[in-house]
This record gives sequence, structure tokens and C-alpha cells, in this order.
Amino acid sequence: MTPPTEAATLGLHTPTAARERPPASVYGPMAWMRANLFSGWLSTIVTLVLGYFVLQLLFGMVSWGVINAVWSVPIGANNLPDPTACRAVHGEGACWAAIGDKWHLILFGRYPFDEQWRPGICIVLFLGLYIVSAMRRFWRAELALIWLVTLIVIGLLMWGGVFGMPYVSQDTWGGLPITLILSTFGLAAAFPLAVLVALGRRSTKLPAVKLICVLYVELIRGVPLVGLLFMASVMLPLFLPAGSGNFDKLLRAQIAIILFAGAYVAEVVRGGLAALPKGQAEAADALGLSYWQKTMKIILPQALRLVIPPLVNTFIGFFKDTSLVVIIGIFDLLLSGKTAMADRTWQGTAPEIYGFMALIYFCFCYAMSSYSRGLEAKLSRSRNR
Amino acid sequence: MMRTTLKGGLVAAALLAAAPAFAQGSGSTTLDAIKARGTLICGIAGAVPGFSLPDSKGVMQGLDADTCRTVAAAVFGDATKVKFTPLTSTNRFTALQSGEVDMLSRSTTWTLGREASLGLEFAGVNYYDGTGFLVKKALGVKDAKELNGATVCVQPGTSTELADADFFRLNNLKFTPILIQDQAEIEGAFLSGRCDAYSTDSSALATFRATQPNKDDFLLLPNIISKEPLGPVVRKGDDKWFDIVRWTYFATVAAEEYGVDSKNVDEMFTTSTNPDIRRLLGAEGDLGKQLGLDVKFAYNVIKQVGNFGEYWNRNIAVLGVPRGINNVWTKGGLHYAPPLR
Repeated sequence: MTPPTEAATLGLHTPTAARERPPASVYGPMAWMRANLFSGWLSTIVTLVLGYFVLQLLFGMVSWGVINAVWSVPIGANNLPDPTACRAVHGEGACWAAIGDKWHLILFGRYPFDEQWRPGICIVLFLGLYIVSAMRRFWRAELALIWLVTLIVIGLLMWGGVFGMPYVSQDTWGGLPITLILSTFGLAAAFPLAVLVALGRRSTKLPAVKLICVLYVELIRGVPLVGLLFMASVMLPLFLPAGSGNFDKLLRAQIAIILFAGAYVAEVVRGGLAALPKGQAEAADALGLSYWQKTMKIILPQALRLVIPPLVNTFIGFFKDTSLVVIIGIFDLLLSGKTAMADRTWQGTAPEIYGFMALIYFCFCYAMSSYSRGLEAKLSRSRNR
Repeated sequence: MMRTTLKGGLVAAALLAAAPAFAQGSGSTTLDAIKARGTLICGIAGAVPGFSLPDSKGVMQGLDADTCRTVAAAVFGDATKVKFTPLTSTNRFTALQSGEVDMLSRSTTWTLGREASLGLEFAGVNYYDGTGFLVKKALGVKDAKELNGATVCVQPGTSTELADADFFRLNNLKFTPILIQDQAEIEGAFLSGRCDAYSTDSSALATFRATQPNKDDFLLLPNIISKEPLGPVVRKGDDKWFDIVRWTYFATVAAEEYGVDSKNVDEMFTTSTNPDIRRLLGAEGDLGKQLGLDVKFAYNVIKQVGNFGEYWNRNIAVLGVPRGINNVWTKGGLHYAPPLR
């Protein structure tokens, strides 16, 4: 594969005869195109037609998003931005100036403007937490401690009230930190719950526990997440004694998400448990291991490895599902973005703002899925050998 | 069944809230709770331009938000002591009933059904709205009654949809509603010519028209086909709190009528000889005390938030909506405050 030029620059001694290029008709981009795109008249036509549309789309996007785009607008009357330039190119060019004006609101919601460095640091902390957790060399008991400390620091930063940071009530929290809080806490709490529920559901010796687990999973799976969020936000306050009416809306949504995610992840984990050959458990029993030893050392490590793809699939789904809190009025990333769009100054900039939010969601979801692919390849190396 | 639960909940709420038994309490459980908490919790929409929408710095702006601020200024003498809770049109009433918010200021239409069956009371009207139609001038229509056979873009599940159906049935006209949920999409559909007319609250139509680069190509038809009086709402059963919210609004309207605004209020307080103004600002009499508030409550409201016209103009007029029937009664509008004495 190594082209001769590279070998030459590296100063390696390579016999020239062995490095001779194969003829262009069987090797290289031309040959590849010939074999895959132009192998017959039908495939040539399809390639040309599709290629035309792809190029059209590409040119359209470049001319909308780059060539005709408005990147900034002057400040007009009342110290507000003057969007005339954007309105002039409406439909032909993107108005990125809207993002320039509104990114604070989209990312941080109504968090007090002068304090927005705090949620900013929180986002960085969350990212750091994900990266550290993704590295296998940190997969030790201390990781739980790192999580605990980071989450406490995040809480301190968001609320403040200490070290000279003014207190910020959580009714003003919003934007990306809310999305990250809901999904991170949601999945971090749902995962252990799910493992316990999955084990409980497969239990043969504890029929009562099994019944409860089955009921929990089936009841939660029987209602949509929107329904559960409505229950948490609209009905729960009516059942609870007054005074707890201030029992926070964010916390209620968080609990609903944990319960919902727990049921789904439990079923994924149960799939892994069921797929594991019976011999593994029997061998562990034969060695005289206790139930927890058997589960922690033999069953779960293998079962969880089996379910990495569906697990990540569920995680990605839940990361995006947190945006459903829009319907109960919690300022997550999506609602902050929609609020930014509602501003009459920037009327008609919905595509730009949706694009900006889609980019953020894409970065997170793509990172998750590519990480899971890598992890899967690493972990299954032993099996494929 | 639902109603019994609700009633039971409300009774329990009343009992529990009364339990701490403030011996020196104001006689209003809501007011006592707000004072103990130190902030007013106000339910708003959170994403409606002109009514409640955070600006680029995340500060809530709008007519509804300022209505909340007037009440905070009346209660605490500090308009910033207010916490905004964004509510959707589905959970707004529950949030008020359950005590999650102290008042609702969320462009809510005052109707008999809502006041009679939901356990709520409307404390006033801060905006007189109504359903209207926006058309392109090129269509050549000058009156809504000429819209026979038209396609009309409208949001599903809104009172607009019902008002349109009623209007066309009443006038024996045919129309094809095109139902689109999202506001941005509905406006796109209208601009691209998918529908002949765009129907929603006339305030929103005026705003939309004003922000178009070619606004003279559009015509807001003169017909207002429904009444949508929007205003702040409180729970039933706490009359003292109801009085505070209602008379705070009246105080801002009276201030506009008397020409008192945030700029001249200090001067008026010291130099005015008009007994109405002196009573309003608390320079004489004890009107505030009778409400359970500071004597200078109206002074604080006007100083910090402004009179009704000021915060109306600041939030709504800038969107290009004419004052019209939303002026005070002395200038041909519907906003009328009973005497403050």
C-alpha cells in the first residue's frame, strides 16, 4: 500500500521492482470508479444522475451557507443589531449573524449574562468527564470518585453561592448544560438501575422481585416518554401536598427520564444476559462462586460486551430524547434555540439556528457511535482471533 | 373523579398553606408565601415575541414579563424579585392550581368556561387581542368577507382555528384551512403562496408584517373576528391576592391616564397638587396599606417598570403593532381604571 514517495522520504531502502505501481486500469481511483460507478450503462446513468443532484445540492449549500451568507450586521438603533442585510439576502444566503447574536442564548438559556462563564466551564467539565470515562486505562474504581467530584463541581458552578460566585436559581438554567445534565445524570443513574432490573427479571429464586421488575419494565414501556413527562410535570403536583408544589420541575423531568431510560436499558441488558451460553453460569457455579461473584466476574462482563451496539443505540436515542422536555417548558438546547428563533429581529433564520443545533447534536451523537465502534472492535478482538 | 381530586387537592393546599398560621399574616396565604420566599413566581410563555421572550443576554422581556415585574415591585418594592417559570399552553393551569406559580401571565384568553370551571380568576386584561387575516395585496381582497373559497393558513388546535370556522360558517363562505403547527413554517407557507390568507391573533400578524422587507405588499384586513382579552390569572379563593394583582394593573393604567411615568414620578410625588396623583403615589392617604402593601406601592411600580403605556410601547409598539383599542380610555382605548381612592 505504501507509495514509493513516502518510502523514499523516510529514507528506507526498498527494492524498486517490488514497489512498482500496478497499472492504472486495475489499481487506483480510476479503476475503483470504473468497477463501482461505471460498470455498465445502467450504473453509468445512475451515477451521472445522482452525481448531478449531489453536485447541485453541494453548490446550493455552498452558495447559501458561504458565498451569499451574511456573517455580521452593524448595530442599529436602540443598540440592537440591524438585520436589514440579512433580510435582503433571505432565501439566497444564510444569516450567520443571527448565531453571532444569539449563541449565548442558545447555549446558556436565561443564565445571567455576566455569569455565563460558569455553565461554559461546566460544558468543558462534562466533555472532560466523557473523554476520561472513554479511556480504558481509567476503568478503575477511582473513576466513580472522579465522577462524583466532577458532578459536585458542576453543581457548585451552576448554583454558585460560594467562593464569591452569586447564587443562580435553577429556573434560569438553560441550553446545552441542561441537555447534558439531563442525559448524563439520566443515563448514569439509569444504567445501574437497569442492570439490577435485568438481573431481577431473570431471577428464578425471587418471584416477588421478578414480578416487580416485570411490572416496572412493562408499565414504563407501555407509555410514551412524552406521557411520562406530562405525568411528572402536570399530574404529580396535584397529587403531592401543597408546598411541595415547588418541588423542582427540572428534578421531576430528570426522574421521569431516569425511570424511562432504566426500563429500556434493562431490556437491552437482559438481551445480553439471555444470549450468554448457559455453560458460563454453570461453570461458575461448579467453581463454587457466590451469586454476586458469578454475576460481577463472569456473567456481566461478557453480557455487557455483547450488547454494546444496542446499548449505544439506546444512549444516542436518549441523548436526543431529552429534547422532549420542550413540551413541559424546560429550557434545554432545543427550546433555547426555538426561543432564539422567536425573536422578531431575526425572523426567518430558523434554518441557520436549527443547523447550528443539529451540528451540536451531531458532534455528540457521532462521537458516541464512533467510540462504540472502536470499543466493540477492541473488545471482540479475543473472539475474532 | 378528576374534579374531586382537584378539589381535594385544593382544600388540602389551603389547609397546609394555612398551617404555619402567621399570626401577623396579611390575610392572604399567597402573599404570605411570597413574602416568606422573597420572590414572586410568575408563569409565562417564554417564547412569544412582545409578551415574554428572553433577549440576546437571556433577560426576559415582554408585556407579560413586565406585568409580573409590576406585581413584584408592588409587593417588594423591587421589580427584580421575580422568578419566571416558562409554561406551555397545556400545563399552565395545573401549574397555577397546584401552587407551582403564584400568578399566570401567559397571554391567556379570559373566557367564562375558564373562570367558572378551572378554579381561576382573571385579574385584568393587559392586552385586547383578536383573530385577524393577513393577505398579499396582489390578491385584491379588501375585506375578510371577500375570502370565499380561499385557502387559509392556521395553527391547529388554537382558538383561531375555531374562530375561522365560525366566521366562514356564519357568512356562508367556503374556505380550505391549511393546518401547520410550527409558526416559522406557517409563515414560510404563507410567503411562498401556499395559502391566500394567514390567520392568527392580529398582534402577531402586525408583527409579522412589520418585519417583512416588503411590508407594503401585505394587507392586514380590517376584520377582527373574535375577542381575545389576554390578562393575568390567579387562583380562586385568595381575594386579597387577587386585589393586589388587579389593582397593580389599575395603578399603571391610572398613571398613564394622569400622565405619570417613570421619568417624572419623583417630581410628581413631591410637587403634584392633583389629589388623584397624590393618592396614587402614596403622597397622601393609605391606599397601599388597604391592599396589604406599602403605601408607595404604585410609586415603586411606576418608578421601576413604568406606567401601562410605557411598558406597552416598550414591548408591543416596537413590533409595529398600532396601539388601537389598547390605549387608555381617554384616548379611545379600552383600558380603564376605576378610581383609586
